[in-house]
Amino acid sequence: MSHRRIRFYGAAGQVGTIAVTLLGLLLLTFFIGRLMPADPVRAIIGEDATRETYEQVYRSLGLDRPLWEQFAYYLGDVFTGNFGTSIRTGQPVIQDILHVMPATIELATFAILIGAGLGVPLGVFAAVNKDRWPDHVVRVFSLFGHSMPIFWTGMIALIVFYAHLGLVGGSGRMDQFYIGLVEERTGFLLIDSLIAGEMDVFWSAVNHIILPAALLGYSSSAYITRMTRSFMLDQLGQEYVTTARVKGLSRNQTIWQHAFVNIRVQLVTIIALAYGSLLEGAVLIETVFAWPGFGQYLTNNLITGDMNAVMTCVLIVGVIFIGLNLLSDVLYRIFDPRTR
Amino acid sequence: MSTRTETTFRLPAPLLALKNIVLFLLKSPTSTFGLAVLALLILVAAFAPLIATHDPYAQDLALTLQAPGNGHLFGTDELGRDIFSRLVWGARITLTIIFLVSVVVGPIGLIIGTTAGYLGGKVDTVMMRITDIFLSFPSLILSLAFVAALGPSLNNAIVAIALTSWPPIARLARAEAMTFRKADYISAARLQGASPARIIVKSIMPMCLPSVLIRLTLNMATVILTAAGLGFLGLGAQPPLPEWGAMIATGRRYMLDSWWLVTFPGIAILSVSLAFNLLGDGLRDALDPKQMNRR
Amino acid sequence: MEKPILEVDNLRIRYGGASAEAVRGVSFTLGRERLGIVGESGSGKSTVGRALLRLLPGATITADKLRFGELDLLTLSEKEMLKVRGRRMSMILQDPKFSLNPIRRVGDQVAETYLRHFRCSKAEARDKALAMLEAVKIRDPERVYDQYPHEISGGMGQRVMIAMMLLADPDLVIADEPTSALDVTVRLQVLNILDGLVRDRGIGLIMISHDLNLVRNFCDRVLIMYAGRVVETLAARDLDRAEHPYTRGLLAAQPRIGGGRAPLAVLDRQLEWLEEKA
Repeated sequence: MSHRRIRFYGAAGQVGTIAVTLLGLLLLTFFIGRLMPADPVRAIIGEDATRETYEQVYRSLGLDRPLWEQFAYYLGDVFTGNFGTSIRTGQPVIQDILHVMPATIELATFAILIGAGLGVPLGVFAAVNKDRWPDHVVRVFSLFGHSMPIFWTGMIALIVFYAHLGLVGGSGRMDQFYIGLVEERTGFLLIDSLIAGEMDVFWSAVNHIILPAALLGYSSSAYITRMTRSFMLDQLGQEYVTTARVKGLSRNQTIWQHAFVNIRVQLVTIIALAYGSLLEGAVLIETVFAWPGFGQYLTNNLITGDMNAVMTCVLIVGVIFIGLNLLSDVLYRIFDPRTR
Repeated sequence: MSTRTETTFRLPAPLLALKNIVLFLLKSPTSTFGLAVLALLILVAAFAPLIATHDPYAQDLALTLQAPGNGHLFGTDELGRDIFSRLVWGARITLTIIFLVSVVVGPIGLIIGTTAGYLGGKVDTVMMRITDIFLSFPSLILSLAFVAALGPSLNNAIVAIALTSWPPIARLARAEAMTFRKADYISAARLQGASPARIIVKSIMPMCLPSVLIRLTLNMATVILTAAGLGFLGLGAQPPLPEWGAMIATGRRYMLDSWWLVTFPGIAILSVSLAFNLLGDGLRDALDPKQMNRR
Repeated sequence: MEKPILEVDNLRIRYGGASAEAVRGVSFTLGRERLGIVGESGSGKSTVGRALLRLLPGATITADKLRFGELDLLTLSEKEMLKVRGRRMSMILQDPKFSLNPIRRVGDQVAETYLRHFRCSKAEARDKALAMLEAVKIRDPERVYDQYPHEISGGMGQRVMIAMMLLADPDLVIADEPTSALDVTVRLQVLNILDGLVRDRGIGLIMISHDLNLVRNFCDRVLIMYAGRVVETLAARDLDRAEHPYTRGLLAAQPRIGGGRAPLAVLDRQLEWLEEKA
């Protein structure tokens, strides 16, 4: 009974927290949008328009109203899904974003699989060998991944693996002559090409995604490795680990069947966060690899000064982050028996 | 007991602590590497005019895209400028970014964190909510938004990075402040009639300072990478400034034929950010590990 | 006299990096009896227990003799040790709050011992575990089997621990402060359960404790340890006739119902206790 009540308040509190964070997010994007020194009216009507047109547009944009009223309008727009039109593409911003998102999600998913696949075992390995040489090697390896400017590593990797060794595909999502061959159903090229049965396109896509995904994955594995190591060290110091050994379990069985089981939930949480952070790396890596995704869309808008589109992108990243945080909280509640 | 020793011979405690920390760091080869690279960075930046072999802005259109050698240690760029000299002068820009960001972020984080942590209650809730909102963006994306709004320039990039990197500092300072809030000497100060502002400034902030400084060091790697990323996207330092990220951006067009244009600035960024990370890792070991792990 | 289960001669343990030995020349033998090891914190009593199971990572263990049944614990490979731990020698740890894996069902944790050492189906192991839970007087084993450690009380947790450690029918059980984390009210109950099982099954028991009264009531023989050495060995019933000043000091420091109101005696440690016997 009392348990249930606590859970209810917990959930309600969480909804409240999210609402407040979202509102803050909107305030932030709203004010950043207003910070712009460039005149939004001029951006629409150009330099030669008459004073009357200027005033008219000024009013139609609501710029004559008090800030809080403008914010209310902004809120209304956001909640009705009206994010405005991109000046650059002439399309509704939200439609643009939905169109480019699959490419980024595909890349980020591939990357997180690599990142977690690398980071989790390395973290466990480092923890088990704490303060011995494997630990130091793993530490330097992961700090290296954390320290590299990913846009630079991307270029070097392109020079080495594409230009010189020819092991992988170059820029873009697939080889040039395959573009347009596969019908876009989901937007995920790997899936679309399989649906269409176009194995050539599929392998071309794999060839193109592997390098950017590996780089993103390596950079995110740094964080995953460090956190896995520290979670694992906490667990290995626990008495139940001794119990398992006393029962006759081997070192490896104890590590994987007892200690590791206890960090799974925490791992899911940090992997979710790392997944969100990949969006950040994606902005840079997509520019280097000419990957037609969210990151490239954002940078193109930055360069052309399309603030409407930029702020919507920023807002969406914020929402994704909040969503991932929420998701990891929910997973925590589901998978940890102590919170049930 | 300890107070008595302090009053009899006043040791310069911060210096002594610093010496101990450095000695500890020198025991580990990785931290030593970090310290060495940073020392090198500072020396190069300080003596840039002496170390640079050429004027970093001097164009020589007869000698564009020269491979390393022939009087140009790292070759020349598309305008015939000496890459080595540009890197050397670029060290100054990097140090400036680091310095300015720290000078802005440290105090902001410290003030917000200690105030929230000491006062608690509603103030704390509101301030931490704000912090969380900033934390809910990856720092590069938020910096991008700020720079886009303010207009691309080195100064705006510094402002944007500063605006996005105070939250972790505030979090840390708050956690520290909360542990000191209930200490007896704080109660004593309160009983003497000290105002909350006075207690925060005189009693809480000094206690939080060491860990905040360490956290700042740890953040430097991220700051450098973000600054370089902004420079790369053309939103940070503008040409012809020899900022490393911007150098990579211009070199990108020539990367397949003239690898040296992007390679050397990249190595410079990588070494400095690696140095900060290794140093931060050493500091983490030298001091309370739990505290430092928090984001 | 029957063949002893355990023979320990001149056992020395040094933790990695430590300048002094934590255990300095401990010798004893154990038959099918209940042996108490008593000493204060840091006297090395728990270290001895863990050394017998070879669960002291980074520590160096040396001895003139360390025989367990027909096995020489000093030369046994780690692989062979895996067959000894849990199956022939096991250990009950102090606090069930920490010694049970928090996110696995307690029943599964008990059954794991059986699965580890016997070829059998999951269902068989479950039945064995249920029977064992009943043997440690858990009233509704089916229900408890599916519970998580945080859902059961400390006394129940320790009974689960006992079930887990006795399930494979070992020859020797080491109980490392088995009741010091429990409420005083359930201590006796848990000890009686342990005592009953150990006697019925003819298991050798080493009870590590700092509680003289407990050891006096539940053990046949007592080793008194001080600073890594055994200072005295006595039959439990002869405890009052202890000769060593340390043991006498410990006894004198015990409060007694109906005893005098004078302040309890304080141990007066002597430097010569640290020296090894000639």
